[in-house]
Amino acid sequence: MARYDRAITVFSPDGHLFQVEYALEAVRKGNAAVGVRGTDIVVLGVEKKSAAKLQDSRSVRKIVNLDDHIALACAGLKADARVLINRARIECQSHRLTVEDPVTVEYITRYIAGLQQKYTQSGGVRPFGLSTLIVGFDPYSGVPSLYQTDPSGTFSAWKANATGRNSNSIREFLEKNYKETSGQETIKLAIRALLEVVESGGKNIEVAVMTKEGLRQLDEAEIDAIAAEIEAEKEAVEAAKKAPPKEK
Amino acid sequence: MKLDTSGLESAAPVWGAPSELVDGFSAAPSFEVPNTTDFDGFQKEAIQMVKPAKGTTTLAFIFKEGVMVAADSRASMGGYISSQSVKKIIEINPYMLGTMAGGAADCQFWHRNLGIKCRLHELANKRRISVTGASKLLANILYSYRGMGLSVGTMIAGWDETGPGLYYVDSEGGRLKGMRFSVGSGSPYAYGVLDNGYRYDMSVEEAAELARRAIYHATFRDGASGGVASVYYVGPNGWKKLSGDDVGELHYKYYPVMPSTVEQEMVEVAAA
Repeated sequence: MARYDRAITVFSPDGHLFQVEYALEAVRKGNAAVGVRGTDIVVLGVEKKSAAKLQDSRSVRKIVNLDDHIALACAGLKADARVLINRARIECQSHRLTVEDPVTVEYITRYIAGLQQKYTQSGGVRPFGLSTLIVGFDPYSGVPSLYQTDPSGTFSAWKANATGRNSNSIREFLEKNYKETSGQETIKLAIRALLEVVESGGKNIEVAVMTKEGLRQLDEAEIDAIAAEIEAEKEAVEAAKKAPPKEK
Repeated sequence: MKLDTSGLESAAPVWGAPSELVDGFSAAPSFEVPNTTDFDGFQKEAIQMVKPAKGTTTLAFIFKEGVMVAADSRASMGGYISSQSVKKIIEINPYMLGTMAGGAADCQFWHRNLGIKCRLHELANKRRISVTGASKLLANILYSYRGMGLSVGTMIAGWDETGPGLYYVDSEGGRLKGMRFSVGSGSPYAYGVLDNGYRYDMSVEEAAELARRAIYHATFRDGASGGVASVYYVGPNGWKKLSGDDVGELHYKYYPVMPSTVEQEMVEVAAA
């Protein structure tokens, strides 16, 4: 038992927790994930590595729900994700049992972040190697939210954010192009952001949409259609740019 | 006996051992075996000891304008009236009330504890706890002490986002949602008056009068209830104490003495 008491995550002389920073590296190597909040909808999109031929792609769902009104996507170690998601799901039900109310998005985010923090300050364990994007609707006010947590255990609310591979470029794109949208426009914005770093096509992206009614996974055909729309819009913009100089 | 400090601890247990694979729920509360000579019968003894103390009348009901809560103020130990001025309506927080029936110490302590938990919930979640949630927290605590001799028969009344709320919670771990409740030795009498006069669309004054009358009639017939009839109203802006009338004086209001014709006057005998 004494062997499990020694902490692995300890401070370096200049105040860094290297294990946590290495965990963030693991996140940076994970699949890109993006979340965008609209006025009546929140969209999650995750990069899907092309599935091996014999693999049943349905068993590799990247966007999962924690409760009827809350969904989560993550980047990083998928096995760690499974553990964290199970604990969060139990907490959602436990909350319903003890206060007869569904959790708010903020509550469950705080819980997950608290869990991630605990593992940076305990003996014999390493931090979780994943950052999560949590979306949902507040059960009373009906306000949509998007939160992000990371291996250090911090969390904050976002209008739009990305994590995982190339998250910096996606975030830059979002900062330039974000505006308050709703419905289909928000879905398009999320897919456009993801397409900045991922090969186009429904095969490579998984998109899920959270509305007041619940979580809906978009199927490949839908994603392809929207991607095509985006392509068309891009070309129209290109053409418009080239056109004016020709007119006289 | 182990004190319940779960309100002060953080949610998940501290670890180290690999057994946390099974984790998720915190371990079931354990308790020490009671130190008595009669392990099988001591519970009955405990109940007998506390029984007279449930001498009380409390009631609460929901109506159109909110919740009306009323109680007497007598504490009795067998035939001895130990106090006529016990506060049986406990202010958990500015918008929630609890009533006391059973062991006074148990009720007071656990209501204070519930107040702490409600405040912590507010601070953590930036919103008030619902009456449902508060009553559930109390019921879960009482359930975990089931069989250990707690005697609590309480009603949690309050106003939250969903409107007025009223729950009956007891030390057996039971929890009921309802529109009208009365708890205590005087409750049958109170129910009689309450059920007879209750209408959903009453004004605050009418409801207060009904509550007051119900408590008065219970104190009239039940020896273990008496003292002062307190009436509280819980509305959208929180609770407010409406009245606290001595039931002795209420007696003259409800049973006014009719002047009767004198049959024979007493005359002073002339001094011999």
